[in-house]
Amino acid sequence: MARKKKTTVTVVSQKQIAEQIYDLWLETELAQEAHAGQFVAVYPHNAATLLPRPISICEVDRDRSRMRLVYRIAGKGTAEFAACRAGDSLEVLGVLGNGFPIEKAAGKKVFLMGGGIGIPPMLQLAKELDADKHILLGYRNQDLFLQEDLAENGQVYIATEDGSVGVQGNVMDIIRVNGLQADVIMACGPMPMLRAVREYAKEQGIAAYISLEERMACGVGACLGCVCRTREPDHHSHVNNARICTDGPVFEAGEVEI
Amino acid sequence: MNTKVTIAGVTLNNPVMTASGTFGSGMEYSDFVDLNRLGAVVTKGVANRPWPGNPTPRVAETYGGMLNAIGLQNPGINVFTERDIPFLRQYDTKIIVNVCGKTVEDYLEVVERLGDEPVDMLEINVSCPNVKEGAIAFGQKAEALYDITSQIKDKARQPVIMKLSPNVTDITEMAKAAEAAGADALSMINTITGMKIDIHRRQFALANKTGGLSGPAIKPVAVRMVYQAAHAVKIPIIGMGGIANAEDAIEFILAGASAVAVGAMNFVNPYATIEVVEGIEAYMERYGIENVAELTGAVEE
Repeated sequence: MARKKKTTVTVVSQKQIAEQIYDLWLETELAQEAHAGQFVAVYPHNAATLLPRPISICEVDRDRSRMRLVYRIAGKGTAEFAACRAGDSLEVLGVLGNGFPIEKAAGKKVFLMGGGIGIPPMLQLAKELDADKHILLGYRNQDLFLQEDLAENGQVYIATEDGSVGVQGNVMDIIRVNGLQADVIMACGPMPMLRAVREYAKEQGIAAYISLEERMACGVGACLGCVCRTREPDHHSHVNNARICTDGPVFEAGEVEI
Repeated sequence: MNTKVTIAGVTLNNPVMTASGTFGSGMEYSDFVDLNRLGAVVTKGVANRPWPGNPTPRVAETYGGMLNAIGLQNPGINVFTERDIPFLRQYDTKIIVNVCGKTVEDYLEVVERLGDEPVDMLEINVSCPNVKEGAIAFGQKAEALYDITSQIKDKARQPVIMKLSPNVTDITEMAKAAEAAGADALSMINTITGMKIDIHRRQFALANKTGGLSGPAIKPVAVRMVYQAAHAVKIPIIGMGGIANAEDAIEFILAGASAVAVGAMNFVNPYATIEVVEGIEAYMERYGIENVAELTGAVEE
């Protein structure tokens, strides 16, 4: 794996694409090493907000050394990022974590499932993955984002909680209503969704790779802040607590207790 | 220019260390830092057997700092001696192992196991605020601290550093108790117990409810305690608490520290330790300081 580094990156562009959701393109050499499902940690300039914010990689453009982050304002740090304009610089730590195991899905029928702010990593995944891709997206309402980019890379299905677009309900309802089937699942989204995905994959006897999140401090596996329970002893501490930042964030669903 | 410092007979290339729990055993930060440039690596706390630690969330950001309640997750002494020590031996740096336990016997078992290992010093964690048994229970009463320190000194084959808790009424009483029991050095401060509440969800930010506060927010408290302890005891002090750069480190040294450790700020700036090393050298050059040891306690009264 490439060496991790903290580096200064330049903002190429930023725009708001939905309520509280921002679309940020950065120019950085980290784009050369980034893969679907990995993340970077972005530092606020304000010294009172110390810790870097882990944000999943939405898309990379290796030819132009650019990286796209689509994130939601969740607090002071992300609110500061949302004010960035083209030409501004940011400090970024990366590339962090292990991405989705593309090789497990190549050539197969795959569900790419994204819920809410778990949707962005599905775009780079859809671009990297050569397979029969069914992209299942869950939103709160008609305030959609990234669905057009994703439609260029596979068959997109939409669910909204209020039923304003597509199937009413969540990504699991898309499967049920359309009678879909897959050989393998790759998913990112809120914990209730990931639990449902895990349960469904177990019933169907198929593999599911899910991307987890947790409050992080270091992002590099040193502080042991962001752990999740695992079925087998983790290789670092041997106590069934794997580090999401370095052992994940993508895990095979059956390996983790969520 | 001489940046070497000697603590309990162990000579470090420079006075800059890592604070326990913020740097793993060095492996995770070796992408960023040439470990050969550090005076010492102080490892994450290790117990006699693996500890799973606390439920998540384990960390929360606060104004100019952070709370943690990791609960000393660690692989236990067996994995540690097979994996972490050999890794650190590859580097020209001193190895200081942080030892934790629930009972005195737990501590003694680890200390004895480390006796034959190529480890330079032991740092005894009697100040972690995040585990229910052991740890801080030994660090908040002078008699208990005296007792565990003397038992560890009986068994230890390496110099013993007692890591003190700031969560006490009088830090000098604790420093004196550790010194009287034979401690070779003190390190201070561990984190300050704190709490954060999410008012919208009406929930504690940490699953453990309380956690240890670290980062620049605690630095003035730490500098004050190092100063007080330095006037109360003769043994050397390793100062820590929110050190972000060389200016902060020099403040601790002038207050009475012989060495310093960078903790939470490793998370903010993975290169912080090296920048502190280089910044101390620049300060010595600027003020014509020949020997870094001259700066210890050199604040003008």
